[in-house]
Amino acid sequence: MENAEENILEVKDLTIDFHTYAGTVKAIRDVSFHLKKGETLAIVGESGSGKTVTTKTVMGLLANNAEVVEGTVKFRGKDILKMTQKQLEDIRGKDIAEIFQDPMTSLDPTMRIGKQIAEPLRIHKGYSREKANKQALEMLKLVGITNAEERINDYPHQFSGGMRQRIVIAIALVCYPEILIADEPTTALDVTIQAQILDLMKELQEKISTSIIFITHDLGVVAGMADRVAVMYAGKIVEYGTVDEIFYNPQHPYTWGLLNSMPTLDTAKGKLESIPGTPPDLLDPPAGDPFAARNPYAMKIDEQKEPPFFKVSDTHYAATWLLHPDAPHVEPPVEIKRRQEVYKKRLQEGTINQGHIHSTGNTSFGTDDDDAIGE
Amino acid sequence: MEEKMKLAPDAFEPVSKKDELDDEKIVAPSRTFIQDAWRRLRQNKASYVCLWILVVIGLIAFTSPITASHPNTSNPNYANLPPKIPGVNINGFNGTSVVAGKRVDAYKQNHVPSKVHYTLGTDYLGRSLAQRILRGTLVSLLIGLFATLIDLIVGVGYGVISAWKGGITDIILQRIIEVISSVPNIVIMVLLMLILKGGMLPIILAIAFNGWTTMARLTRAQTLQLKSQEYVLAARTLGESTFKIAVKHLLPNLSSVIIIQTMFTIPSAIFFEAFLSYIGIGIQAPTASLGTLISDGQKNFQFLPYQMWYPAIMLSIIMIAFNILADGLRDAFDPRTARR
Amino acid sequence: MARYLVRRIFYLALTLFLIASITFFLMKLMPGTPLNNQAKLTPQQIKVIYEHYGLNKPVWQQYVSYIVDAAHGNFGLSFQFSDQPVSYLISSRIGPSLQLGGQAMIVGVVVGIIVGSLSAIRKNTWVDGTSTFISILGISIPSFVLAILLQYYLGLKLQLFPIADWGGFSYTVLPTLALAASPFAETSRFVRTEMVDVLGSDYIELARAKGLSRIGIVWHHALRNSLIPLVTVIGPLTAAIMTGSMVVENIFSVPGIGEQFVKSILVNDYPTIMGVTMLYSALLCAMLLLTDLVYGIIDPRIRIAGKEG
Repeated sequence: MENAEENILEVKDLTIDFHTYAGTVKAIRDVSFHLKKGETLAIVGESGSGKTVTTKTVMGLLANNAEVVEGTVKFRGKDILKMTQKQLEDIRGKDIAEIFQDPMTSLDPTMRIGKQIAEPLRIHKGYSREKANKQALEMLKLVGITNAEERINDYPHQFSGGMRQRIVIAIALVCYPEILIADEPTTALDVTIQAQILDLMKELQEKISTSIIFITHDLGVVAGMADRVAVMYAGKIVEYGTVDEIFYNPQHPYTWGLLNSMPTLDTAKGKLESIPGTPPDLLDPPAGDPFAARNPYAMKIDEQKEPPFFKVSDTHYAATWLLHPDAPHVEPPVEIKRRQEVYKKRLQEGTINQGHIHSTGNTSFGTDDDDAIGE
Repeated sequence: MEEKMKLAPDAFEPVSKKDELDDEKIVAPSRTFIQDAWRRLRQNKASYVCLWILVVIGLIAFTSPITASHPNTSNPNYANLPPKIPGVNINGFNGTSVVAGKRVDAYKQNHVPSKVHYTLGTDYLGRSLAQRILRGTLVSLLIGLFATLIDLIVGVGYGVISAWKGGITDIILQRIIEVISSVPNIVIMVLLMLILKGGMLPIILAIAFNGWTTMARLTRAQTLQLKSQEYVLAARTLGESTFKIAVKHLLPNLSSVIIIQTMFTIPSAIFFEAFLSYIGIGIQAPTASLGTLISDGQKNFQFLPYQMWYPAIMLSIIMIAFNILADGLRDAFDPRTARR
Repeated sequence: MARYLVRRIFYLALTLFLIASITFFLMKLMPGTPLNNQAKLTPQQIKVIYEHYGLNKPVWQQYVSYIVDAAHGNFGLSFQFSDQPVSYLISSRIGPSLQLGGQAMIVGVVVGIIVGSLSAIRKNTWVDGTSTFISILGISIPSFVLAILLQYYLGLKLQLFPIADWGGFSYTVLPTLALAASPFAETSRFVRTEMVDVLGSDYIELARAKGLSRIGIVWHHALRNSLIPLVTVIGPLTAAIMTGSMVVENIFSVPGIGEQFVKSILVNDYPTIMGVTMLYSALLCAMLLLTDLVYGIIDPRIRIAGKEG
C-alpha cells in the first residue's frame, strides 16, 4: 500500500464550546487525531461524548452556537476551520462525504432518489442531467439496489430502512470522496441489515479507496470495520490505538468498562456488566480526570489533575494515571485480563497488528473472536 | 508524551468510594416541564411584555365598573368634544379640533366649564369616550373569555370522547365536525345572531358554536396519540377507571395543547365580537363594546378621527398582545419549534 | 382515484343538503318577517304577499320546494328587492367579489410565501423580527379597521386610489389590500413554521453535507417541502376572505356578495341570506375538495398511496 503514511486529515488540539441558555457546554476539549489514506478510524464513545461534534467540525457544519476555541482541522494540509463558506461547499460531498444515523429521515421525501444521488455530481462536477443520471444509476447498482433502472425514479418512502441507507451511501460515495464520515450508520437498523450495510461499506471502501471515520457507540461493530480506534469520553479522547491494541490490550479504565459491558458468548454471565454512574455535566466538567467519579480504580491524583497521554506503543496511547511509573499496579476486570492474555500470546506469535493497516475483509484476529458482528 | 512532573507523594492512593454510584442519577440539573416552559416564556421578551400588558389591561377593564361608572350617560351639550388633558398643550390632547381648515377650541365653542374635560373626548351623544372604551374593553374581554371557556369545555370533552371511544362514535362525531367546518364560520355566527338577536349571551354562544371544532380536533389527535402510550395502556390494564385515567394521565399531557389553543381562541373570539358588532348585529346600543365603538367612530373618522382611533388601538393592542403571547407559549411548550 | 372523487362529491352534496335543511329550519325560527318593515297592511294585502312568496303553504311543502329549487340554483325571490330572484341578485354581484377575493388570495399567499421563507432562512435576525411583527399585525388588526385606514390615508389624503365604488382595476387596489392582509399573515406564519422545521431536518443536513449552497438548499429542497402543506390552509383562507369581504366591500361600496349579505341581514331578507349562505358553503366545500385533490397530486407520498389503494 503505497503512500500509506500520508495523513489525509489531521485534527490538532480541537476545543469547541457550545453557548446555550444554560451556559457554555464544553463539548470537546483538546481532541487530536489523524486519518491516513485508505484506513478506517473508529471513534467510540457513549452519547454526548463529542463524537458527532467532532465530525461536524470536519464537515464544517457546526451549529451557529458553537465556538471553536482553538485547534486546527487540516484536510490535505489546509485548515478547514479557516475556509470560506464557498470553499467548504466545494469540499463537502466531493472530498468529504457523510452518512447519517437515521436513513428514514435523511432523504428528501419529495424528491426522486435518482435526482438526489445525481445532485452532488451536478454541483461538483458540472455534469449534464443525463450524464449525472447515468452515473447515479451505476452507483445505485453498486450499492446493491435490485431493479435499479426502475427504482431510480421512486421516492424515498417506497424503500425500506436498509435500502434507504444504501441510497444514502450511494449519495455519499457518488463523487468518490477521499474521506467518508459514517455517523452511527447502522444504529437505526435491524441487526441483520446492520451486517449487510457494514459489508457494503467495506466492499465499497476497497473499490473506491476512501478513508472512513466511523462513529459508533458499539464496540462490537468496530472490531470488523476499523484499523484504528479512538475512545472518547466527556469530550476528550482517552485512549487510541490499533484495533488489536484497543481490543486486547486496553489500558484506560473506561475502555475496560466498555469492553467489559459487551456481551460475549463464552463468558456466560448472569447479568450484563455496565459502567456505574452517568457522564459528567459538560457545563461544568470536573477538575482532573472526568472519568474519575465512575472509575473504581480512581486515585487521588485523578480528582486533581487531568492525566496526560502515556505511550503504550508507537501507535497506542492512553490518558490515565494508572500508566504513570509511580502508580500502583491494579487488577483489571477478569474479562480484560483474559483479553490481555490473548494479546501476550499473539504478540509472541507475531500476529498482532501494530500500526500498519490491515487489508479489509481479512481481519487479523483469530477465529475465536466473537466480538465482530460484521464478520 | 510521557512527562516528568512533580506529584504529591500520596497522589496515587486509591480514593475510597463513599456511596454506590446511582445509574439513574442525572448529573445535569433537572427541571419540571412547567418550570422549563415558564423559563422559556420569560426568555421570550416580547411574550413576557405582552403577558404584562394583558394583565394591566385586564385589571383596568375589570375595575371599570368602579372607575368608569357612567359610560352611557349622554350630554348633548358636550357632543363630539375632542380629547383634553389639562396642562398638556399638544394638538390632539388640548381640546382643539380643526373645523373648516382652522384650529378652534371646541370646549370654548360649546361653553364647556373650564373644570370639565374628557381625556379621550366625547362621542356624538356627549358620552365620555374614555369611560366607554374601558367598559367596551371589559365587554369584549368578557365575551372573549366566556366564549373561549365554552370552547374549552365542549371542545376538549368532545375531542377526548371521540378519541377514547373510537369506532362508530368517533366516525359520527368527526362527520358532524366536518359538516360544521364546511360552512364558513362567519355565516354560522350571522345565522345564530339572527335567531338569538343581539346581546352578550347570544354573541358568546354564536362565537363558541363553531370555535370548539378546532379545539376538539386538536384534543382528539393528541388523545389518540396518548391512548397508545405505554403508561396509559398500563393504567388501563391495571384496571384504573376511565375517568381516573382521563384526569390523572390525559389532562396533564393535553394541557399544553389546550393552553396554546386557548390563547389563540381568545383573540379570535374578541375579533368576531367586534366584527358582529361592527356590522350591526352584535352588541346593541347603548352598550359599548370595542366593535360598536369602532363602528360609531368610523362615521366621523374624517373629521373626528380620535373617535375611531382610540377604540381601534385598544382592540389592536389586545389582539396583538394575545397573539404574541400565544406564539410565545407555543414555543415555550414545544421546544421543537422554539428558537434553537 | 375516480372512485375517491365520486365518493368525495357525494359527501359534498350530502353536506350541502344538510346545510340547506338546517338553514331552512333556522330561518323558520327567525323572529320577524320582512313585512315588519312595511307600513300597515290590510289582512288582504298580507295574504297576497304571503301567497306571492309561498309562505302560506305548510312548512314541509315549503321545505320540499325549497330544497328542490335550491338544487337547481333557485333560492326564490328576494324580500328586499321585490320580484328580483335571489339567483339573479347573486349572479349579478358575484363578479366583483370573485375578482377581489381572487386578487386578495393571490397577493396574500404570494407575498406571504416570500416573507415567510425569508423569515425562516434568516431566523432570529432583524429580517425575521420585522416580518414576524408585520404578520402579527396582519392577523391582529381587524380587516374593517385596516380598510378604513387605507381608505382614509391612501385614498382620501394621498389620493392614490379611488376611495369607493367599482370601476377599473384602480378601484380594486385598496379593497384587495385590505382583504389580502389576513391571508398574507396566515401564509407567512405558516410558511415560516414549516420551513424552520424543514431546515432543521436531517435531509437538509444531508443536502448541506452534499455541498449545496444555502440558496441551492432552499431552492431545491426546503421550498417544495415547506410549501406542500400550505395547500391545507387554502380552505381556512377562503373562509377568512369571505368574512373580510363583508365589511371591506361595504366600506368601499363594492357591489359584491358580501356587501349584499350584510344589507340583507339588516333587513331580514331571508331568501337572500339563505342563498348567500348556500353559495358560501358550496364555495368553501369546493375549496376543501380542491385542497385534498391538489395535495394528492403534489405530494408524492399521498400520490403513490392513492394509486395503490
